[in-house]
Amino acid sequence: MSWIILKIIFISVIFGLSLFIAMYSTYAERKIAAFLQDRLGPNRAGPFGLLQPLADGVKLFFKEEFIPMKADRWLFLMGPGFFMITALMTSAVIPFGPDIIVDGKPFSLQATDINVGLLYIFGVVSLGVYGILIGGWASNNKFSLLGAIRAASQNISYELAMGLSIIALVMMSSSLSLKDIVDQQAGWHWNVFYQPLGFLIFLVCAFAETNRAPFDLPECETELVGGYHTEFSSMKLGFYLFAEYINMFISSAVLATLFFGGYHFPGISSMEPGILKTALSVGVMFGKIFFFIFFFMWVRWTLPRFRYDQLMNLGWRILIPLAVINILITGAVILYKMGL
Amino acid sequence: MSVVKLTDRIKVMERKPMTFMEKIYIPAILKGMSITISHLFKKKATISYPEEQRPMSEVFRGLHILKRDEKGAERCTACGLCALACPAEAISMTASERKRGEEGLYREEKYASVYEINMLRCIFCGLCEEACPKAAIFLQNDKMAPASYEREDFIYGKDRLVEPFLQAKA
Ligand code: SF4
Ligand code: SF4
Repeated sequence: MSWIILKIIFISVIFGLSLFIAMYSTYAERKIAAFLQDRLGPNRAGPFGLLQPLADGVKLFFKEEFIPMKADRWLFLMGPGFFMITALMTSAVIPFGPDIIVDGKPFSLQATDINVGLLYIFGVVSLGVYGILIGGWASNNKFSLLGAIRAASQNISYELAMGLSIIALVMMSSSLSLKDIVDQQAGWHWNVFYQPLGFLIFLVCAFAETNRAPFDLPECETELVGGYHTEFSSMKLGFYLFAEYINMFISSAVLATLFFGGYHFPGISSMEPGILKTALSVGVMFGKIFFFIFFFMWVRWTLPRFRYDQLMNLGWRILIPLAVINILITGAVILYKMGL
Repeated sequence: MSVVKLTDRIKVMERKPMTFMEKIYIPAILKGMSITISHLFKKKATISYPEEQRPMSEVFRGLHILKRDEKGAERCTACGLCALACPAEAISMTASERKRGEEGLYREEKYASVYEINMLRCIFCGLCEEACPKAAIFLQNDKMAPASYEREDFIYGKDRLVEPFLQAKA
């Protein structure tokens, strides 16, 4: 029974943490954007502008709630909610730290360690595009629809390459459980050193999947006003924007887990288990996550947006063949190691 | 087809096909990212306005001031030369005669009872300052006409133009 309660507490903490990190990602994004452009960024609300996300949230809540007359009311309301739910669901299989001992029993810092964790993530992430598609379609606006269609086709194209790049990884780990994958990377055996090409492909696809620049075509302001969320206002818009930041957090967590050893750091095995080790591991995990969040933003404020045909070209004609070659190489190396 | 040269600054672009290094795009991305990251540590160009103010040039032409003389009397004699010089026709005034006992207030026998400058018309050229024979009007280098919601607020009367008494004494 206490196990259930502990799990509930843990899940609530992760839930709150995702929201909190997403909230401060908006702040970080604005600050980093400003700093990269030699500006100061928000600095009026609270010390260093730290209350800015709160002010933004309050503002979004008090904005007029507007539903276009010709919109499909229910779907219009469903879109943002759906997007948000799928964004929050993904964190369930990410291991945030090593097991801790509670009442003499091990308790894993992971909501659930299902043996198809990786598949689960891909499944939920691809469901996420429904939120965009439903919202864009329901607003009955050509720009929204175009944005939604772009989101759908972009996600489908890049999921292929992403999946293929992961296959090479799974061939090495021979497990789909994220926990196993992390534990195989103890010490310096990070997957990024064994799968550099796979990592690169995965990284590019992660940008496309989270609709971040340079692949933010679904909400491309220069062509589509606001893309799929053109017609959304108030907290519904807030949900879309917010869920995107949660997606970014999750993508960073997945990147850290799959390629950068998750909560492992060199020298972890020599430490005796205890509160210090756990705290350090969790800290390392979040450090890696924050680095990737920063990386996402850094790239966003460096690279211009791709053109739509360039995006498709990159996805289908470059990334997918590269991913297939990567699988072949990995397979050959594995066979060679097994002593063919 | 030969290029007709109109100036010798024409530079004919070479359209070479991209090399392999350029095609894989990643070196270019890394270069771009190294440039942006270097800006993270650069000095920021922002001036946090109310707390910090941009230093003004000595000769900046800002808001007008109607000066008093060393005894504190208004210098302006309502001659109208500034209004005449003003290319934007921003100045208007009404002249009055100084009464007995007002010698401490106005330096000359004739003074401006109404003196208005429309800051929306004014182009801050400073010609009024140059035209004034009494050294009465100046453009300050540290003050600007602030923003406002009403047009009427931009018509500055004597209440806002004349130098405060204490400032003249100091
Ligand atoms: S500064 Fe120029 S435009 Fe303004 S009141 Fe003086 S003369 Fe006229
Ligand atoms: S400010 Fe000078 S130029 Fe203008 S009316 Fe007064 S004395 Fe004459």
